Amino acid sequence: MKRKLTSVLVGAALAAMAGAASAQISDGVVKIGVLNDMSGLYADIAGPGSVVAAKLAVEDFQKTSKAGLKIEIVSADHQNKPDVGSTVARQWYDTQQVDAIADVPTSSVALAISQVTRDKGKAFLNSGAATSDLTGKACSPNTVHWTYDTWMLANGTGAAIVKTGGDSWFFLTADYAFGHALERDTEAVVLKNGGKVLGKVRHPFPGQDFSSFLLQAQASKAKIIGLANAGGDTINSIKQAAEFGIVAGGQNLAGMLMFLTDVKALGLQTSQGLIFTTSFYWDRDDASRAWSKRFMDQHGGKPPTMVQAGVYGAVLHYLKAVEAANTDDGTKVVAKMKELPTDDPLFGKGTVRADGRKIHPAYLVEVKKPAESKGPWDLLKIRTTIPADQAFRPLADGGCPLVK
Amino acid sequence: MEIFGVPTQVLFGQLLIGLINGSFYALLSLGLAVIFGLLNIINFTHGAQYMMGAFVAYLLLNKLGIGYWWSLLIAPIIVGATGVIIERTMLQRLYKLDHLYGLLLTFGIALIIQGLFRNEYGSSGQPYRVPAELTGGTNLGFMFLPNYRAWVVVASLIVCLATWFVIERTKLGAYLRAATENPSLVQAFGINVPRMITLTYGFGVGLAALAGVMAAPIYQVSPQMGSDLIIVVFAVVVIGGMGSIMGSIVTGFGLGLIEGLTKVFYPEASNTVIFVIMAIVLLLRPAGLFGTQK
Repeated sequence: MKRKLTSVLVGAALAAMAGAASAQISDGVVKIGVLNDMSGLYADIAGPGSVVAAKLAVEDFQKTSKAGLKIEIVSADHQNKPDVGSTVARQWYDTQQVDAIADVPTSSVALAISQVTRDKGKAFLNSGAATSDLTGKACSPNTVHWTYDTWMLANGTGAAIVKTGGDSWFFLTADYAFGHALERDTEAVVLKNGGKVLGKVRHPFPGQDFSSFLLQAQASKAKIIGLANAGGDTINSIKQAAEFGIVAGGQNLAGMLMFLTDVKALGLQTSQGLIFTTSFYWDRDDASRAWSKRFMDQHGGKPPTMVQAGVYGAVLHYLKAVEAANTDDGTKVVAKMKELPTDDPLFGKGTVRADGRKIHPAYLVEVKKPAESKGPWDLLKIRTTIPADQAFRPLADGGCPLVK
Repeated sequence: MEIFGVPTQVLFGQLLIGLINGSFYALLSLGLAVIFGLLNIINFTHGAQYMMGAFVAYLLLNKLGIGYWWSLLIAPIIVGATGVIIERTMLQRLYKLDHLYGLLLTFGIALIIQGLFRNEYGSSGQPYRVPAELTGGTNLGFMFLPNYRAWVVVASLIVCLATWFVIERTKLGAYLRAATENPSLVQAFGINVPRMITLTYGFGVGLAALAGVMAAPIYQVSPQMGSDLIIVVFAVVVIGGMGSIMGSIVTGFGLGLIEGLTKVFYPEASNTVIFVIMAIVLLLRPAGLFGTQK
């Protein structure tokens, strides 16, 4: 009886404290966990840079907000393993009062986090993962998919290549959720535009030596070798393709997912002329340059990748939604995120769709020739802007149960 | 002509690729076998030392303008020297303890080294060019063989056989082997056993660094290049028989070939096939293919 009384008293005291801090914010603090690959092959794409981006979002939000929210950013390494990622997420949600998880590259991990977040009624602000299933058959009322997805990449790059004569393809696919989704979405685009797929090979993730797979691609005589992989895997594939004279032999590579850091790591000599689709490039306009300058000052002089930019955009919009809804209840905040129009210096004005898909333009970019580059990070030029209404999969085609 | 639905031309190409990858396995497992055979230390730092070799080559080129050929000599010496320091200051104290202590210590050191490099250079890696003398390649009819890869196979074979010869067929090798059997007796003959052991560790580490320099033009010079490879290399050593020099050379090349074939017939399994073989070998011959039961 005594114990029961004590716990009631403690509970009441806690409730009173929370009430004093803010009407609807549990424990008085909005806590956002940046969960990504901090040490493996995707660490440059997301990693500590995403934490910097999240902090900048908090900084910018506090400048304009009148709510006086207490906001805290924490981070962890999921090592690209779904089990590690889910364990961290459960711990954060259950014992550390984390309200939202941001970033999460590696589609297999992101799908797991989306499920955990849904079960716990929190919010998942995805930037790093690519699979279009996150807003398709695996969509969730607690997930927003911000930066890009496999459909966007396939549609942007795939269509452009088929239309310029690259009509026979061979896929080199990373053997996990992301690679499979990217291969599937690209294949659909190739077939739709009148091309054909001559073969595919699925390589272990992460890989190191791709020469064996490249040789199979070479033997297929396909005009285009589509790289449905990312990060270090893509870099090594491209590098080894050059070594084995594949491009010199008349076949072309299509990096279906490339990041700024990949181009930097390959060097312009090896990567010049590659085209790919991105939703952010730091040197695109004055607003993106100004923000990137701030980012670089805090990130060892490296400009943001699109994943890091997306973390900024998503966290900023999330905080605006928390303020507008006056709660940190994940389901309600995500609903509010879909209601409010988005606006930030990196992605411009946009919306979050019913299936959780963030809508903004995408850019088909080309890697510059060494002679065209004026600085260490002057790497890309924008060939075409794909307008927001064409950049992403139409709402009706995704098969998301939330769309009625 | 086809074998199991795969054109023989493609098959030849894959076998050659397997041989190339096998030469890396052989070179790395050789260093491990030397260290385990003579020091009884399971050197988990090996992958990190391989990575350091590649980074030293990269730094020599970009900071001092020293090219690939000199790096082949200098990088193993520098990295080998760091190995000597590790042995003198830490490993030396563990010889009388269980294997597990050496394993934990070297594993910890590997994580620290990797972390330091990642902090400095990021995870995407740095490019390193193929030396001018070895650019281009030869069209063999069934495949295009880059000259550099051909060089790797030849160089690795020479280094492996030379090491085997020194340890198994020369007087120096005889001293080394004797010192592992009975250190106090060998010391009684006036041979400085601790110094010999230290230098042996340095040599094994140098071999890892040499493999790193050779790998630099093929892969990105990246902090995790060693951790990706080291587990496979350990499997190679276990299959070959812990500490057996010839065993590690033969299984290194052999498993490269098997892995190459798996990449054609069932690519998804190409990074597990080596462990499947390891399990089978351990069931049938617990000491490994070339090991002797002690």
